[in-house]
Order: sequence, then structure tokens, then C-alpha cells
Amino acid sequence: MRFVDEYREPGAVLRAVDALKRASTRRWRIMEVCGGQTHAILAHGLDALLADAVELLHGPGCPVCVTPLETLDRALALAERPDVTLASFGDMLRVPGSRGDLFGARARGGDVRVVYSPLDAVALAERLPGRRVVFLAVGFETTVPAVAGALRVARARGLANFAVLAAHVRVPPALEAIREAPESRVEAFLAAGHVCTVMGTAEYEPIARRLRVPIVATGFEPLDVVQGAALAVEQLERGEARVEIQYRRAVRPEGNPVARALAFEVFEVVDRPWRGIGVVPAGGLALREAWAAFDAERLFPELAGEAPPEPAECRAGDVLRGVLRPPACPAFGTRCTPESPLGAPMVSAEGVCAAYFRYRVADPGGREAGVA
Amino acid sequence: MDRVGEGRGLSVCLAVPGRVLDVADEAGIRTARVDFGGVRKRICLETLPDARPGDYVLVHAGFALQVLDQAAAEETLRLAAEARVAR
Repeated sequence: MRFVDEYREPGAVLRAVDALKRASTRRWRIMEVCGGQTHAILAHGLDALLADAVELLHGPGCPVCVTPLETLDRALALAERPDVTLASFGDMLRVPGSRGDLFGARARGGDVRVVYSPLDAVALAERLPGRRVVFLAVGFETTVPAVAGALRVARARGLANFAVLAAHVRVPPALEAIREAPESRVEAFLAAGHVCTVMGTAEYEPIARRLRVPIVATGFEPLDVVQGAALAVEQLERGEARVEIQYRRAVRPEGNPVARALAFEVFEVVDRPWRGIGVVPAGGLALREAWAAFDAERLFPELAGEAPPEPAECRAGDVLRGVLRPPACPAFGTRCTPESPLGAPMVSAEGVCAAYFRYRVADPGGREAGVA
Repeated sequence: MDRVGEGRGLSVCLAVPGRVLDVADEAGIRTARVDFGGVRKRICLETLPDARPGDYVLVHAGFALQVLDQAAAEETLRLAAEARVAR
């Protein structure tokens, strides 16, 4: 496929690896923020290819993984109501809440649907006028314009039976929290390319300056990740801390202003708990007051509960902050597997534990490519 | 394209490049038929008022988020071919 295959061409990737290694005089610690990048790194063995020059730390960029337990429990309670149809992205259905997952709710008779787009959930509400359709909206800034657009369509069509349970999260405050944490080992960030496609790079400028950390907006193919890391290494070698864009085919400094305006017409910045990390100030987006009629949190206040405790054995918080590598977790691959996960990072298509399990345990060739 | 999501249901942050075939107004929404290497889907084009047939767009959750910049795309490949880090 055009704009994909050419960025996976091994010769090009290896030449980019050479360029990075020539630029590097020591081993730098670089965090890739997005789970999509983590999967590219492990699937293609980029961590092993770069091991002399760069230690790649995996970041919290899996929105499914950081969705709080209380949100999942609320979605479960909604799915169990006889009048509700709950729709979400496929990844969300297997994430364990404190009392099971959404697949379990479906098995017990709940009406739970997988959709590709929030617009599909709006179409469901149109087709099922006798039911209340709730879309469980997770995702970073990338996904917010689509959810906001779906809400605008629902309002224009007068659909009183459509609502959104929003658990959107924002990347920049998470980068600050990670970099400022006492145990932080991160020397540079590869920012999530598709988030910057929408948001642009302006909000990263003060972070790079204040926290003296290079931030490179980076794509998701192997060549993108290696080039992004190389740009970060060049900055680190020169003692610089700037915002740069590697993923120039999809990221403009100004982002997509139309998409951003749509997102903020409907959503506003709020403090939000991230699963495994805790409350991140300004770390989330919630529906504005003007959209209260579509806000499942306001429509179903009886479902709000205390935050339940996390399973004690799951160390997802350490993994998501780049402090613990999944294979070093005592439960990894034994009591915690994709079939029977203790925590969200073992479930999601973007979860870092799932990536290690898939490419380094389940796939023997992947294991040979090797964890350092 | 299936690398991140394959066999695991839909992945939240995945965005996929596709080519705009034609643009239409559907019940007041600007949409496009987009070709993803043979698979065609109707996509919302509301946030890209300037996108037109022939453009490659980056699509996420049914919404086109950006027109891909072909010159920048080629430069990324040229830097790799020359084994250089930056412009």
C-alpha cells in the first residue's frame, strides 16, 4: 500500500539505522509515546537493531490501557441495562474491569456492539429508536474530532437516544508527568504522530524548553521510528531540546485547525485519572455543559462509583511509565497472558505487555531477535 | 496496515492512508469514497475542506484527518536512501 510499504523497506531502514549510529557517541534513553510505535519496534526488532545506540523505553500511549477502572465498570453497568445498547472500539471489549469485561456482559445478554467509527454508533441510534445507544469513547486527541463530529451529527438529526461515555486523554500533560517523576529515565520523547496530525506541535514547545527534553513527532512505520530516534539523538548529542517533526507527510506544525476546532466545540480540558498512573492534571477531555444532553456521565449519574482497587499483582502503572519492562514483571506470560490478562496492557492491540508477549514469547523468531 | 491490529479487533489509534475517489454531500455531511489498497469505504471529510479526488488522506475512525504531503513523504525516503539523519 502506498505511503506504507516504502517505509518498511529493509534496505532503507538499515541505512537509517547506520545514520543514527554514526550520530551517537553513547547510549541514549528515548521513550516512544504511542503504543502503535511500540508494536512497530517489537514487531520489526528495531530495539535490537538500535541497541548499541539507543535504549527504547515504552510510554503510556495506549488509550485502552489508561482508561480508568471506574469508567470500565460504568460501561459494564450500562451494558447490563435492558434499555441500553453499548458500542465501542473492538479493543475495549476484552479489557477487564473490576468485575469482568464487556464480552462477559454480552455473553450474559447485554447488547454490546463493536463499531469502526463513532458515526456507526450514531447510525445505530437512528436504526434503534427504542433503545438508548451509548458510545464508550476512548482515545487520545486523534480520536476526539471523530467523536465530536458524531455528536454534531446526532444533535443535527435530533437523536435524543444517543450518548457518549467519554474517557479521552491528552498526551502533553502525561509527558510532563513522566519526565518530572523522580524515577524518570527518559532523555527524549518520540511524540505520537497521529495526535500531532490533529493538534500540531505548538503545545510541546514549552514542555521541551522547560523540561530540557527533545520531542520529535514521529510516525509509525519502521523507517519513521528509526528516523525519529535519529533526530532525537542528534539533538541530545548537541545538547539541544527542541520540538521537531519527523512525520512530515502527516504532521504540520499547526496540525489540522478544522479538526481541532470541532474537537473543542464539544470537549473541554479536565483533570482525569489514568489507569496505572493516577490523576493527571489537564490529562483528559470531557463533554462541555452545552452537550450535557449527550453525556452518559450526566445522564446516568447513578452509575458513578468509588474507584475500585487495581488487582494487586498487576504492575501496569510501572510499565506504562517506562519504569518496568513487561518481561521483568513476575506475572508476565505466566499468570498474565492475552488469554487471561491481569491488566489492560496485556489486552489491547496497542498494549506494551501484549506486544512483548506476541513478538517475544509467542513468536520464537521474535525471541531470537531478542530482548537485550 | 494490519500489523498493529491484525487478529485483535480494531485498534484505537491506528490511522490508515487511502486515496480519495470522489467527494459527495450525504445528508449535510461532506464525505468521500476512499480507496485503501483495493478496499473502498465511505469516509467523513468534514475536517478537510480542501481535500479533492486523487489526494491521499490519513483516515482514523471513519474520519479523514489530514491530506498527506507527497513532497514530504518523498523526502523522508530520500534521507534514508542517503543515510542521512536530517535535511
